[in-house]
Amino acid sequence: MSSVNTTSTAENEGAPSKRLSVWAWLRTHLFSSPLNSLLTILSVWLLLAIVPALIEWSVIRSNFSASTAQECRSTGGACWAFIIEKHRLILFGLYPYDEQWRPLIATGILLGTIILSGFRRFWNFWLVVIWTVALIAVAILMWGGVFGMKFVENNLWGGLPLTLILSTFGIAFAFPIGVVLALGRRSNMPAIKAICVVYIELIRGVPLISLLFMSSVMLPLFLPEGMNIDKLLRAQIAIVMFAAAYIAETVRGGLQAIPKGQFEGADSLGLNYWQQMRLIVLPQALKIVIPPLVGIFIAMFKDTSLVVVIGIFDLTQSGKAALTDQTWRGFSAELYFFIALIYFVFCFSMSKYSQSLEKRLATGYQR
Amino acid sequence: MTTPISSAPQARRLSWNNPGVRAIFYQVIALCAVGAAVWFLVHNTLYNLSVRNIASGFDFLSREAGFAIGESLIEYGPADNYARALTVGLVNTLRCAVIGIVCATILGTIIGIARLSKNWLIQKLASVYVEVMRNIPLLLQLFFWYAIISETTPGPRQALNPLPGVFLSNRGFKTPWVTGEGLSWLFGGFVCAIVVVILLARWARKRQEATGQIFPLWRVATALLLVLPAAVWLVSGTSLSLDMPVLKGFNFAGGLTLSPEFAALIIGLVVYTSAFIAEVVRSGIQSVSHGQWEAAGALGLKNSLALRLIVLPQALRVMIPPMTSQYLNITKNSSLAVAIGYPDIVSVVNTTLNQTGQAIEGIMIIMAAYLSVSISISIFMNWYNKRIALVER
Repeated sequence: MSSVNTTSTAENEGAPSKRLSVWAWLRTHLFSSPLNSLLTILSVWLLLAIVPALIEWSVIRSNFSASTAQECRSTGGACWAFIIEKHRLILFGLYPYDEQWRPLIATGILLGTIILSGFRRFWNFWLVVIWTVALIAVAILMWGGVFGMKFVENNLWGGLPLTLILSTFGIAFAFPIGVVLALGRRSNMPAIKAICVVYIELIRGVPLISLLFMSSVMLPLFLPEGMNIDKLLRAQIAIVMFAAAYIAETVRGGLQAIPKGQFEGADSLGLNYWQQMRLIVLPQALKIVIPPLVGIFIAMFKDTSLVVVIGIFDLTQSGKAALTDQTWRGFSAELYFFIALIYFVFCFSMSKYSQSLEKRLATGYQR
Repeated sequence: MTTPISSAPQARRLSWNNPGVRAIFYQVIALCAVGAAVWFLVHNTLYNLSVRNIASGFDFLSREAGFAIGESLIEYGPADNYARALTVGLVNTLRCAVIGIVCATILGTIIGIARLSKNWLIQKLASVYVEVMRNIPLLLQLFFWYAIISETTPGPRQALNPLPGVFLSNRGFKTPWVTGEGLSWLFGGFVCAIVVVILLARWARKRQEATGQIFPLWRVATALLLVLPAAVWLVSGTSLSLDMPVLKGFNFAGGLTLSPEFAALIIGLVVYTSAFIAEVVRSGIQSVSHGQWEAAGALGLKNSLALRLIVLPQALRVMIPPMTSQYLNITKNSSLAVAIGYPDIVSVVNTTLNQTGQAIEGIMIIMAAYLSVSISISIFMNWYNKRIALVER
């Protein structure tokens, strides 16, 4: 819906300038019709009602330095001192206080690896190596027990590193399973196709919460006696199972976009099934589905917050733990703003990245 | 993806070089592996259950539940059995899903159209809304709304009373509600009015196609929907009384209640999902080629008419599949209710399995409930999709 008139006139005049005077800009963009004028006035009124109050609450009357809750409340605005006081608990959960440099470094490694995977020059075999090394390093840092680091049980992990671990490990392990499921769903063999279809549709039909409940109450019953998996790993298994089904559907979309000629060409070269997939089909199919895969990663990053319901201290839950302190009660709005900001920064930058990627990878006709 | 390239005589031979034979072999292996895994899990489970003395089966459904449920649309008390409690949970889930779907669709469509508005301010505001809401986890939004609602509203004794009979407190939003036999007559009249409007719409369309005359359907329909129920009630002569909420002890009795949990859940679901629906609507409208707008303009249609008659019907074809998955998401996401204490099916099952220890049956009930709701929505939307699909010669 272009609104600026760009009809070209005589050749020697060149294109008319798109720059409009302030009045002309206002007229075309804000007051082009009675309805538009009304909408503009209404939204300006809405903004005037909300924005100044929000700024007053969050900046002007806020308090960054109070040492007690009473002092903080007296200013009448947001109490950011609460966040400053509790930031270690919110960000790292119950991890031993003196050892919290370890989750900090682990978070850095995970973030660095995620950013690194955004560059196209690393989209090759090295990415697998980098991820393997990074995940192992994160595991060593978090658990410890070697190189003179104290062993920390994983029920003490929490906060931002845990959210990142659950989502990155979840995607990293779900990805190969998802690809295999997608291939299985496209297979000519009825039995294998049926198994994959049943798995994918079953998982996609139920909410993640029910899978988390299942992993926390049913998994112990499934395992032979004496074998025990801890709570965090059970949640991780549920997330992997869940993500795999969604990845499978996305990859299937990519597989369907590969023309039949590619399969026939591979056949005529005498490649067997796995060679065909590895060398011809998957490289093309996966490239198509990278933007939707980033979308799945964003969704998983948000969905890891659901582990709250089975009592795992991710970012949301450790934030709620900070709220329970008797001496600092009643600052939930500040807390939720802070956590929402963290999630927003992550998800928004990833979605912007995915949009730019989509533009760069799109080779089709665009108007 | 192995296309059978072997010629006919080879296909009959039982050889490893025959793709058909290999395919059967692989499938048998896969089935055996899955079967073995299932047998292993079932065997372990049965053993573990017998060790823990848990009797499996659905017998517990007929036992007395013994717990109260905060809100229910159907009659329920702690003396009822588990099956009844689970039904209450399912009805609560469906209530959230239906209200959420309707509100999110309306809000999402408005915001999606606003994102394409020529009005710069409206367009930017809609973009900010979409980007902020869809990038914050739903659970966090639910906690936020729940905290806002329960912390900013006063206790029942200091309840805000903006209108007589309307109370706003941390026990929820209370309004007067009509009761009595007249209610079912009113409802019957409303259903009659809907049927009449549908018939009228068909007739008006036929007449417009035949003669070109436009019937003022919207005005007539609104009038019918308002007048007919009232008329039916007056004719029936049944009683209709107003049930006012009154403060009793620490809570209100009577009236219609909108609990804080339900309100937070609906606000969260609608705000979160409408951002996604707005994107679906926007991409649907953008998928209609520009020529269609220009052609509609050339026919002399206003922008609003062009949108309604030319663009939206074509955009709907693109929008329906992603919209279906958003509706499924609302239904599944309503399970997050358990985190803020709204008694949906997950929360009721959770209580049930804590009391009875019937974990497997409980999880199976949750999964069966969601699967059947998901499948019903899919079937309905696929039917609708077929109905509006492009009919080509």
